Amino acid sequence: MIYALIFIPAAAAVLSLMIQNDRIRRALIVGTAAVHTLLVLTAWQTGAAPRCSGWLVLDQPALLFLTITSILFSACSIYAAGYLAGESGRTIRDFKEGLFFRNAPEAVFSACLLAFLATMTLTALSQHLALLWVAMEATTLASAPLIYFHRHHRSLEAAWKYLLICSVGIALALLGTFFIGIAVSHTSVEDKSLVLSNLIQQGSRLNLTWLKAAMLLTLVGYGTKMGLAPLHTWLPDAHSESPSVISALLSGALLNCAFLGILRIVQVCRAAGLEDFYRPLLILFGLLSMGWAAVFILGQGDFKRMLAYSSVEHVGILALGIGIGTGAVFGSMLHAVNHSLTKAMLFLAAGNILGAFKTKTISQVSGVLERLPWTGILWLAGFLAITGMPPFGLFLSEFAIAKAMIEQGRFGIAAAFLGVLTLIFAGMASAFLKMAQGSVAPETAEMSHRESFTHVLPPLALGVLTLLLGLYVPPAVNRLLHEAAAAFGGF
Amino acid sequence: MNSAVDLILIFLILSNLALLGLSRLGACIRVAALQGVALGLLPLFLVESGPAAHQLFFSALLIGLKGIVFPWLLTVVLREIQVQREIEPFIGYGSSLAFGTVFLIVSLWLGSRLPLPASMQSGLIVPSAFFTIMSGFFLIIARKKALTQVLGYLVLENGIYAFGAALSENQPVLIELGILLDLFAAAFVMGIAVFHINREFEHIDTDKLSGLRT
Repeated sequence: MIYALIFIPAAAAVLSLMIQNDRIRRALIVGTAAVHTLLVLTAWQTGAAPRCSGWLVLDQPALLFLTITSILFSACSIYAAGYLAGESGRTIRDFKEGLFFRNAPEAVFSACLLAFLATMTLTALSQHLALLWVAMEATTLASAPLIYFHRHHRSLEAAWKYLLICSVGIALALLGTFFIGIAVSHTSVEDKSLVLSNLIQQGSRLNLTWLKAAMLLTLVGYGTKMGLAPLHTWLPDAHSESPSVISALLSGALLNCAFLGILRIVQVCRAAGLEDFYRPLLILFGLLSMGWAAVFILGQGDFKRMLAYSSVEHVGILALGIGIGTGAVFGSMLHAVNHSLTKAMLFLAAGNILGAFKTKTISQVSGVLERLPWTGILWLAGFLAITGMPPFGLFLSEFAIAKAMIEQGRFGIAAAFLGVLTLIFAGMASAFLKMAQGSVAPETAEMSHRESFTHVLPPLALGVLTLLLGLYVPPAVNRLLHEAAAAFGGF
Repeated sequence: MNSAVDLILIFLILSNLALLGLSRLGACIRVAALQGVALGLLPLFLVESGPAAHQLFFSALLIGLKGIVFPWLLTVVLREIQVQREIEPFIGYGSSLAFGTVFLIVSLWLGSRLPLPASMQSGLIVPSAFFTIMSGFFLIIARKKALTQVLGYLVLENGIYAFGAALSENQPVLIELGILLDLFAAAFVMGIAVFHINREFEHIDTDKLSGLRT
């Protein structure tokens, strides 16, 4: 089961390099995604036996994050198939600077996309901390060529920044992982492996000085990949320059995988009794990310960058929830699910807008509702969802986090949290509403653009899921969220 | 035994200083390669009872990769892009060396604060590893050429590896292979990216990569 989850996408990646026919290759992406999702859903029923001497285990947090990744990937694969069909084999005129460019070969793109799924799956399943690092770095390497799909200088710049900043950041996480190794070798026990269950068992005997250094380094390292301010600088560029479907995957799935990386270290620190050390750190990074994002969302002129900064905000909320502890950890888990679904939906809708209006500038877009009725509705619904309005799921999760803050008597943090959320609401409202409403500018109105099935269905499905999670959390999901939260010091 | 380890670690420190002071990219690549070879030898001298078979294999792999494959890859890129030296770095070579001295002092201080378990002998491991990491960081930040930044990343990785070498007894071979594979892929992808940057921009000065702003 566990092997199948990892190796089916990996094999499909190799296969897609060999297939000549574009249609078959696109079908392969969608098919692999469907099989992957089916396997994950089966795992909900049956569970999966640990493999590779306990290095690969499907525990509750892994199942949670794997489910998010798999569902998102399925939605994105359908979108990607339609997208690739529309982009294939022609020279494209850049709307921003008027230069001409071609796309990367589709086979390479498909292979990287599937390899990306395989590496993200491995990240979720890794219990050995060094293996976790290997998988995390592999996600960076698999996704960098995806960002450089449009072969022009802006996407190259974004891909370079992503590659270098994330690789350096993750190198620090490797150092942190080695430090944990040193912290273990201080103990007198026989088993000095870096398997998570072993580390948790040895918790109180680990060397605390090295473990603290390790926590700092891994937080900075995986935090870079997760997009926590001030280490997020690659994120807006990568998200705004890559194809929208890749932005959706980066924001919805990849950031969560990096978050899981931090959570694994949190588990070790909790076992060692370092809660007072890591919690303030996470709160600090969380609030900083939210504040930083708010500054850049207000007055942002580019709608894809706005969504990217919104991701910085939401990873801040995730870190903040873990830092607060108690009920906020559950909020954080629920938030991870909801944010992924909503953000992916928004990026896919943004891709539709970009395709029809040929611009990313907010002030040049108006009348989305008139021009693209389905996308317009999704865009508005997405706006309400992402800013945490009821009845969408993000309202519940943000509410849970705020409630825990107030219950703990941390009114200062709660005030900052709610204040920043309000600011961001105001900033996003002015952009989203302006884009959706109004009339279509006459010069762009003549270009015909039809909303195709593959471009509307995936974001619609994701949006419906967010809405459902806001109205009713099924008992099985609720139990899983609570069990995952319990692993990270909440309930 | 111990003196061999110290010798390697001192070479590590000296090679970092050389990297900070050199302007010719070809020479930088060669120094980094030598550093990789020295690092590959390090684990062999760290174990008291003599190296096991898997350690010999692993050292050979490390030396092959860091001493031969990476330098070759970077030299090919260097020849393709026809850049000889780093002109006008953000921070000059003299000041870079001054920074290097500061880093060395900080590393020695860090080494005194973070003691290794008694089983690991040389007291120089922690300072020299930290110094290598900081030098790598500095090269990434202070130099403009994309190629030098890749080199800085490899030096940074070398420093982290020095820590890993101290732990090699505890770590399974599979993991080390995985880490090396990632490293190889990273160098490869970055090499391709440098090549593309050169073709797209006609230069590899990363300070000109500033089209994307908020």
